Amino acid sequence: MSTATEQTTKTATRTGAEILVESLIRQNAETVFAYPGGASMPLHQALRKHRDRIRTILPRHEQGGGFAAQGVSRTSDRVGVCMATSGPGATNLVTALADAKLDSVPMVAITGQVPQTVIGSDAFQETPIVSVCQQITKHHYLITAPDPHCTESIEETLRSIPRIVKEAFFIARTGRPGPVLIDFPKNIQLASIDGDIDFDPPTYLPGYRPELRVVADEQIKQVIAQIRRAKKPVLYVGGGVISSGAAEELTKFAKRANIPVTMTLMGLGAFPADDDQSLHMLGMHGTVYANYAVNESDLLLAFGVRFDDRVTGKLAEFAKHGKIVHVDIDPSEVHKNKAAHIPIIADVKVFLQQLNALFTDDDKPQTDEWWTEINAWKQQYPLTYQEPGDAIPPQHAISELCRLTQGRDPYVAVGVGQHQMFSAQYFRFNKPRHWLSSSGLGTMGFGLPAAMGVQAAHPDDLVIDIDGDGSILMNIQELATLNCERLPVKILLLNNQHLGMVMQWEDRFMEGRRAHTYLGPVDHPEALGEGDGSHYEDTYPDFVMIAEGFGVKAAHVRSKALLEDALTEMINHDGPYLLDVICPYQEHVLPMIPSGGTVRDIIVE
Amino acid sequence: MRHVLSALVMNQPGVLAHIAQMLASRAFNIDSLAVGETENSDLSRITFVVSGDDRTLDQVRKQLEKIVTVVRVLDYSGEEFVERDLMLIKVAAEGAKRSEVKELAEIFRGRIVDVSVEHVIIEISGTESKIEAFIDMIRPFGILELVRTGRIALLRGHSMAAAAAVGEPTQV
Repeated sequence: MSTATEQTTKTATRTGAEILVESLIRQNAETVFAYPGGASMPLHQALRKHRDRIRTILPRHEQGGGFAAQGVSRTSDRVGVCMATSGPGATNLVTALADAKLDSVPMVAITGQVPQTVIGSDAFQETPIVSVCQQITKHHYLITAPDPHCTESIEETLRSIPRIVKEAFFIARTGRPGPVLIDFPKNIQLASIDGDIDFDPPTYLPGYRPELRVVADEQIKQVIAQIRRAKKPVLYVGGGVISSGAAEELTKFAKRANIPVTMTLMGLGAFPADDDQSLHMLGMHGTVYANYAVNESDLLLAFGVRFDDRVTGKLAEFAKHGKIVHVDIDPSEVHKNKAAHIPIIADVKVFLQQLNALFTDDDKPQTDEWWTEINAWKQQYPLTYQEPGDAIPPQHAISELCRLTQGRDPYVAVGVGQHQMFSAQYFRFNKPRHWLSSSGLGTMGFGLPAAMGVQAAHPDDLVIDIDGDGSILMNIQELATLNCERLPVKILLLNNQHLGMVMQWEDRFMEGRRAHTYLGPVDHPEALGEGDGSHYEDTYPDFVMIAEGFGVKAAHVRSKALLEDALTEMINHDGPYLLDVICPYQEHVLPMIPSGGTVRDIIVE
Repeated sequence: MRHVLSALVMNQPGVLAHIAQMLASRAFNIDSLAVGETENSDLSRITFVVSGDDRTLDQVRKQLEKIVTVVRVLDYSGEEFVERDLMLIKVAAEGAKRSEVKELAEIFRGRIVDVSVEHVIIEISGTESKIEAFIDMIRPFGILELVRTGRIALLRGHSMAAAAAVGEPTQV
């Protein structure tokens, strides 16, 4: 920002809304995903005024805006920003906030609120959004004047806005990242103040100390001693490695020590999938060899992970033969689900830097026998699927997309369900921050708006949403945003006419009794699990027609022979594109460890 | 096992509600909770009595510390500390009974703070066991109503608030 601009704006009169928007600009927000309404109109007027400095994208639903903001945060160093009006606008953001909290995604959400003088009176479009969101945000603010009728009190509040915004961004991105909510009553948005505003005030957070702790060398040496002695070590790494920017340090360490690496759903990309040392994903739908390795390991190096139930299954049986080194930035995660033998509270990147500095070639564990064992498992239990005739199994579509986009390092967002797990298994991520999945909350409808946010942050990159026909309908309205905001997201829609993951559980655990998992008309026999999918000649709904209605180019494909051309056309299309891939619904995501089970319960066919 | 936790929190609207919600949403059982301003008007002190094993307590403490407006949490277990409950109790005390009630209150160092023809209100403070003992003793006279505060507690010796104030707040 030029000094000249600063000087000319310094003496101006500003509204509270303008102060907030200028504060966002100071925090390097490039884009705001904002849906207007009565209680946020002054904010939108301010965004319009500053449109040369901050881009406002109008999503078609506030939840879409929230996930788009996550798309920015998950793929860059920026903190994504979304905005909504009071009441329903604010409650529509709730799912996106809860999602960001569970996946530790930094985000700042701003909601309009009814004027301070009517808060608590059940005013039009009033909800106590701060109360609603307390447990699903990292922190929250309600900007109010101690005395809303006193000019001085209001002016003091207006001057506090830059501090609040600065603190919000600081809290969102530091420590264990997470979403921060700022609730902003309309009377303060409209109030104005003359003269200088300090846009870089000191923060006041006596209860928040995220300073990076340096790990004591003794602790690092303790870890190294364990590594040196280990015969069957495994690195179990997660989202913490990605959010702390530690992927490079991790890879360096893993290569030097020659230790196998398995990743959680959040951790995909932390270690290159194409590297032979990768065991790929572990857990419920992880590879057999990753789960076997963790089960057999005598030393589990758990970095930036939280021992989620989808990873561990039955906790008492998980990695019970080995010692556990747990490194996490959040003290409350250590010992929460699984007691660690060596707990280390640290930023994973700082820890790995120290580890790499102290680790010598003499500390390399003897893992030759271990690798023989692991490679045998890899050979015996590779990820596979059936390829019946000319139908397109979803795994095949994803593998082909991965092959055809090699070298372009595409960003891939997904919805939730079978297609999400197939993508995690068959798309190979070699770089961090290129994979976006609603992992902790498991929110259907995440993929399309998240991809939209990624594209806004990376306009020249290839951004793909791999989606399911159930998931995409939950935020299908964002096709309008893709078209109107010129966001050329490519959508690979794996359409099997079913809620595939629930259907799979019905097949495995409920004798195949369909209970509201067929997405076509209820008079089709498939609705009760009796058809064979012969209605696929007229899939429902017609996604190509829907996309075209939104101005998005689209095509169907149902033949394996035609898939490559269809994918190529999608990838090369100049603009957003939806490819509706009709898939057989009989596919199950395998391997599978049933919920609460152990590695002995693994289902491979 | 019972633990007394003392949290210094920022004196702002909504902080107590936030803490109470967190405890409820994580299914932690709180036996008692008391809150009030401290000598520093920017800070309030919340005193909790929590039952549970060490792991539960560890989680309660860590989850409290994660709340941005919580400045500091101390576990008083294993430390030298003073703890008090305060009770107001309305007891039937007609005629000759009155002197017996008064005598009992004096033994427990309670004070009679309201008198009417049929009853008295006694104010009594002390440890939980003392309060419980008093209730047992006075019960035969007829307890009409009683109200108790949550536990409040302070460490003997050094001051936690002073220590917190000395620590450098994070500046960006």
